[in-house]
Formats: sequence, C-alpha cells, structure tokens
Amino acid sequence: MSAADGGYYVPKPTSWPFLVAGGLCVAALGAVLALNGLKPGTWIAAFGAAVLAVFVFRWFARVIGEAEAGVYTPQAERAFRWAMAGFLLTQVALFAVLFAALLYARRYALPWIAANELLWPGFDAVWPSAGPNGPVALEPGMLPGPNQFAPLAVGDIPALNTLILFASGILATWAYRGLLRENRAQLLTGLFLTIACGLGFLALQAYSHVLAYAEFALTLKTGIYGATFFALTGFHALQALIAVIALAVALTRAFKGQFQADRRFGLEAAVWYWHFVDAAWLFLFVFVYWL
Amino acid sequence: MRKLSKAIARRDVQSIGLLRWLTATGHKDIGTLYLVFALAMLFIGGAMALWLRAELFAPGLRLMGPHVYNQLLTLHALIMIFGAVLPALSGLASWQIPLMIGAPDMAFPRVNALGFWLLPFACALLLATLFLQASGGAPAAGWTFYPPLSMQGGLGADLAILAVLMLCVSAALTALNAVATVFGLRASGMTLVRLPMFVWTWLVAAFLLLVAAPALAGALLLQLGDRHFGTQFFDAAGGGDPRFAQHLFWFFGNSAEYILILPAVGIVSQILPTFARKPLFGHVSTALAVFAAACLALIGWGSHMVATGLPPAGALFFMYGAMLAAVPASVVVFNWIATLWRGSLSFETPMLFALAFVLEFTLGGLAGLVLALAPLDLQHHDTQSVVAHAHTMLVSGALFAILGGAYYWLPRWTGRRYDERLGKLHFWLSLLGANLAFLPQYWLGAAGMSRRIPDYALQFTEPNRWSTVGAFLLGLAQLIFLYVVVRTVRGGRKADVRFWEGARGLEWTQRSAPRGFGAGPRTRSPNP
Repeated sequence: MSAADGGYYVPKPTSWPFLVAGGLCVAALGAVLALNGLKPGTWIAAFGAAVLAVFVFRWFARVIGEAEAGVYTPQAERAFRWAMAGFLLTQVALFAVLFAALLYARRYALPWIAANELLWPGFDAVWPSAGPNGPVALEPGMLPGPNQFAPLAVGDIPALNTLILFASGILATWAYRGLLRENRAQLLTGLFLTIACGLGFLALQAYSHVLAYAEFALTLKTGIYGATFFALTGFHALQALIAVIALAVALTRAFKGQFQADRRFGLEAAVWYWHFVDAAWLFLFVFVYWL
Repeated sequence: MRKLSKAIARRDVQSIGLLRWLTATGHKDIGTLYLVFALAMLFIGGAMALWLRAELFAPGLRLMGPHVYNQLLTLHALIMIFGAVLPALSGLASWQIPLMIGAPDMAFPRVNALGFWLLPFACALLLATLFLQASGGAPAAGWTFYPPLSMQGGLGADLAILAVLMLCVSAALTALNAVATVFGLRASGMTLVRLPMFVWTWLVAAFLLLVAAPALAGALLLQLGDRHFGTQFFDAAGGGDPRFAQHLFWFFGNSAEYILILPAVGIVSQILPTFARKPLFGHVSTALAVFAAACLALIGWGSHMVATGLPPAGALFFMYGAMLAAVPASVVVFNWIATLWRGSLSFETPMLFALAFVLEFTLGGLAGLVLALAPLDLQHHDTQSVVAHAHTMLVSGALFAILGGAYYWLPRWTGRRYDERLGKLHFWLSLLGANLAFLPQYWLGAAGMSRRIPDYALQFTEPNRWSTVGAFLLGLAQLIFLYVVVRTVRGGRKADVRFWEGARGLEWTQRSAPRGFGAGPRTRSPNP
C-alpha cells in the first residue's frame, strides 16, 4: 500500500527494533562495567554502541528512502510532525530539569546552607558559588590562584556565540523559505551557511570548555556551579551537534534534489530542531552566563 | 532506490515461530507481546511481593536480612510499575487505539516495536542485579532513588539506573506513538470530542509521560554524575541539595500515578456503558475531568515531600493542588454512577472488575485525600498507610481495570469465548485477596507501623498475618487468570465479532486482518 493508492503505509516485519534495543542494552551494560572499573566494559560498550549506530543509521536511511519512494501520505506527514513536536517537548522537559537544578541551587539550596551556621559557619550564599567546601569564586574572566575558580566572561565567547546562533536561525528560516518558493539555490546556500554557523558555534563552545578547564579552574567538579554549568552547556552542545547532523542530512538530501514544497518533513524537522537549539541558547545565555 | 521500492512492494512474508515475534511490527502482535510480557512481570514482581509479605507474616527477621528485604522491595516496585502495569496499558493501547479510532496500525509500527523491545532488555538488566550479591546486590534505596542513600550500592545500583533510563526511553516512544496516532490517523468524522474514552485517557496520559519521563531520566542522569563524574548536584558540601532529587523524582512520580490510573479510568469508562447498555453519561465532562486531573498532576509533586521540610507556603500550595484532584475524580465517579442509573445491568467478569474499580478508586482516592492533607501527612508519612493507598490505587485500581479490560476485549482479540465461571472465580478471589491484603495496612499505618522495615513491634502481628494471607490469595488467584487466558487462546468456543450485545465502538464492527482497518471507516459518534 502506498500514497499512490491512498492507503497508510504500514512497514513489513523487521528485526531492527529488536537489534536497536539490544544494542542499547549492551552499550548500557558495558558503560556500567566500565564506570565500575571493570576492564572489558569499554569494549562491550563500544560493541553495543556500534550495533546501535549501524541500525539507527540504516533505519533513518530506510525511512528517507521510503519518503522518496512516495509511500507517505499527507496523513503520515501529519503523524511525523506530531511525533517531532512530542520529541521536542521531551527535550524541553530535559532542559527544564537542568535549569531547575540551577535555579533551585541559587534560590533555595545555597541560602539554606548559608543559614545553617552550625554546619557551615561563615559561608555566604553569593552566586557564583561552589558550595561551602568548594573553591572560591572570582570575578568572571579573572585568572584564579589555588583553591579559586572563575566563571567565563559573558561579553566574550558567549556573546559571540549568541550572535552566531541568531544569524543561523535567520539563515535556517531563509533556507526553508527557499524551498517553499522553489528556489533551490537559496535552500542550498541557506542550509550550508546554517551548518557553517552551527559548526562555528560548536567549535567555540568546545574551545570555551577547554578554556574553563585550563585557564579558569572551572571543571565539572567545581561544586554546584561547575556541575550546572557543564550540564547545561554540555547538554546544549550535544543537542546542537545532533541538530547540525540533522541539517547536514537535510543538505545532502536537498543537494540530491529531494524535498518538495508539499513534501518537506525531513527539512522541516531539522529546521525546527535548530530553532529549538537557538531558543534554548537564549535561556542559557541569560541564566547561565549573564545573571 | 529500485531495490528499496521492491522491498516496500514485497508482500508480507509471514515468518514463523520465534522469528515472527522478534520481527513483528503489526500493532496486534506488539500489543500481544506487551501483554504477555506484562503478565510475566506481574508474576515475577508478585513473587517478590509474596516473599516480602512472608517475611512480614510474623515479627523478627526470619526469611532474609534487611539488605535483601530492601533489594526485593526496590525491585518489586520498579518491576511492577515499569514492567507490569505500564506495559500492560501500552499493550492495551497498541491493540485498541488503532481499532477504536479506525486506523490501519499505530502511526509508527517499527517505533512501536522498539518501545516494546526496550522493556525485556531493561527488565533483564534490572533482574540481573539480584545475582550480583557479591558487589552490593540489587538497588536497595527504594524505587524513589533518594540520595544520599542511593549513592551507596555498587554495580547493581548503576545497572538499575541505566535500566530505568531505558524504560524512560521506551515510555517516551510509546507516548510519542500514541500522540501521533491519535492526531494523525483518526477515521474521518472522529473528532477529538468523539474519541472513545480509553483513547482520550491514553492521549492525556501520553502527554503526561512526555513531560514526566524526562524528569525521572534527568534525576537519574544527575545521580549518575554524582556517583561517577564528581558533580555535586545532591551534595550540600558543594552547594547542592539532596532534596532537589526528591523534587525531580516526585514531579515524575506524581505524574506517574495519573499516567497509570487515567487509562484505567478509560477502560472502566468503556466497560460500564457496555454492561449498563447505556452510553457513558457526561462524555464531555468526563473527558474534561481527565484533562483537569492531568493538569493537577503536574503541580502536585510536593504533596509527597511535606515531611522532608518544605517552606509552609510550598506545603500549602501542594496540599491544595493535590486535594483539588478530588474534584475531577468525583466528576468521573458521579458520571459512572449516572451511567449505571436505570441501566439494564448484567454482571459478566469485565463488569465485576469495573464495578470493583469504581469502589476501590473511590476508597483509595479518599485515602489519598487524607495523605494530601499536610498536617495529617506528617502523621502518616512513611507508614503502612502510604503502602495501602498506593496499592489500592495500583492493584485494586489500575490492575483490576486492566484485568477487566483483558476479559472485555479477549473475545475480540482471540475470536473465542473465555470461561465465564472461572473468570468470576478469579474476580471474587482477587477482590477478597486485595482487600484482605491492603485494608489492614491502613490500620497498621494509622497505628504507626513504618513501611520499608522488615521487622515490627509485637502488637502489629495480627493485621500483618491477615495482610499476608490476603496477599497470597491475591497472588494465587492470578494463576486462574493465566489458566483462563491459555485455555481461551488454545481453543475456547468461537465468539462473534460484536461479542457483548451492549458493546459500541469501531473495534466491534468488523473482523479485521492482522493489522487494523485497511481503508479508513467513517464514524459520527464514539459509539457507532
């Protein structure tokens, strides 16, 4: 059954779901063994991850192939859109968890610790803070001595990255408009530039993380500040990486002449994802770097 | 490309034996896999519960040490919630949602299969932890994973965290699929208002899952960070707070209660009209009440944390939020009663389970109201009352609705009749067993017996005996269910497509192929 004869496409039996789940399970098992210092863990995790990667890749390739073969009806496209919206909702919720960790620490945890003179005498709840036993925070961008750390200066890389993401968001929409107007050149240029911005952003984020470790003594272990900082920026960078990959897939497909004005879910999803990454960054910029 | 087109055009090659199930993508096959798996987990988790109850039969440590008790207690909860009840509801969804909305299948059949296959792998990891006694054994901090307690424990605790993360992924995939199916694949004419109540409740529960599952996943990921990567999210020395983990957990946990009970409400709302031979009274108000309950579920998590020290304003906010949930719950219950009012009632097994659900849902809900009251909660916190409330809602509530649903749809699924007498025997023994098991626990809790402790003071002996006897009765009664199902599948007498004369709904209109409907049917009401 296919779009041509008006039916909803129902795929044939396949072992991929079983293999993907199995790969994930083996990867998880290996990761746990490795975390607990058992040697073969890394290899087991790598094997599981490889199985997972291979079949996820084949699965996506297959769905793209099906889309190009024209089996998906408008009904199916609607289902895809709802699924993508639902997926983004889960990612919003995950970000909310991390932001909640940050705001809870600032609004509640630190003042409560500071109020407890018996357990933590002399500790003041001033953000940024690595807690009563952590290193002392300096002004952003200052070079720390022993038992000190400094946050990144907001006017530096974070401000630059905000501009880059802002530009990339406009470019992504411009590329999308290109498809709607059936202007292929605009679509390809826009996507290419969006990806370039995305890669630039990721490179700068990686550099700033290296800088934090090397220059500012700001690490994952720097109390609640380090933990929330790296959790939020790291998770955001991961999302940006996945979104860039999605955009790259969309660019490859567009280059092959795929996507039509009325059949564009793959592109739309990638652009949605990128806008989500953009929007999340605004919150990051304000709450993590600025305030 | 040509190879692919050929692969798409190729006709179904029906594999046989094990391979058929490993490669299944049809919603009925996946639904069956879910249900069989859930039943298996029900027996495994049930065996753990009986072992715990056997320990509590008399005071003193007799069968196991405290550490083993804690492990079994933790695994019992995880297996029952993530391995039995939620998968059973997913199985019902996979079977019924396409049939009830006139869709050919779930929106993404392969994702449906992935959602299922994550479960056996994750539960295998969970159960494997029991065999790691040399390195700390299974997780023993309770299914709530409270730090700093949950920071203890070795390999087993890590495995459990990863397993529950996989279960979160599975739940999110199932929810995504349900949302996409309901919004994308409804038969023409089936507006959202006309959705059968089971489908509507699942839709609402799916949205809750999409928001709540990430909260649990987040809580566990942060714990993994604290355990192995040197972060201090839950460590006051680094400026963190262990209570934040409780906030995250209960944001998930409070929603999870509704995720598990709302589809059960939906099942009962399908069964009662069938056996009252009347349409559901107040279809729209029931639907709105379900939606309202879900909204309240998202802002009620702190009602579980009153005793851990919330600011008074917070405690009051969560108290009123949790108590407000009684309003939509009452709307639903009164609508059920109005549905029964002057109906031509008959009392087949599904109806008995549904009626018991109405009673127990009300009883357990009232107990929940008591626990939600902040001043009373301080008295009842961490006592057997909480155990009683949770189990009234999950066993006499969700499980009874699932069993009722299974009896209700079994003739539709298998095309065969089940043994009504054995079904009724199963019901009465379950009802007796469940109440004998859980009612004494209310009293024990009010009298001050703690939960999660393998030993107790002498004066609690008598009610604990009754509770243990009831638990064994309840457990053994489920063997009857297993027997009934096997016998029905193996060759009960043939059943008509519309097996129940009072049944309305698309699922009863045609005997469909292994997949659901081919060309979409049209409908103008939830009860065509």
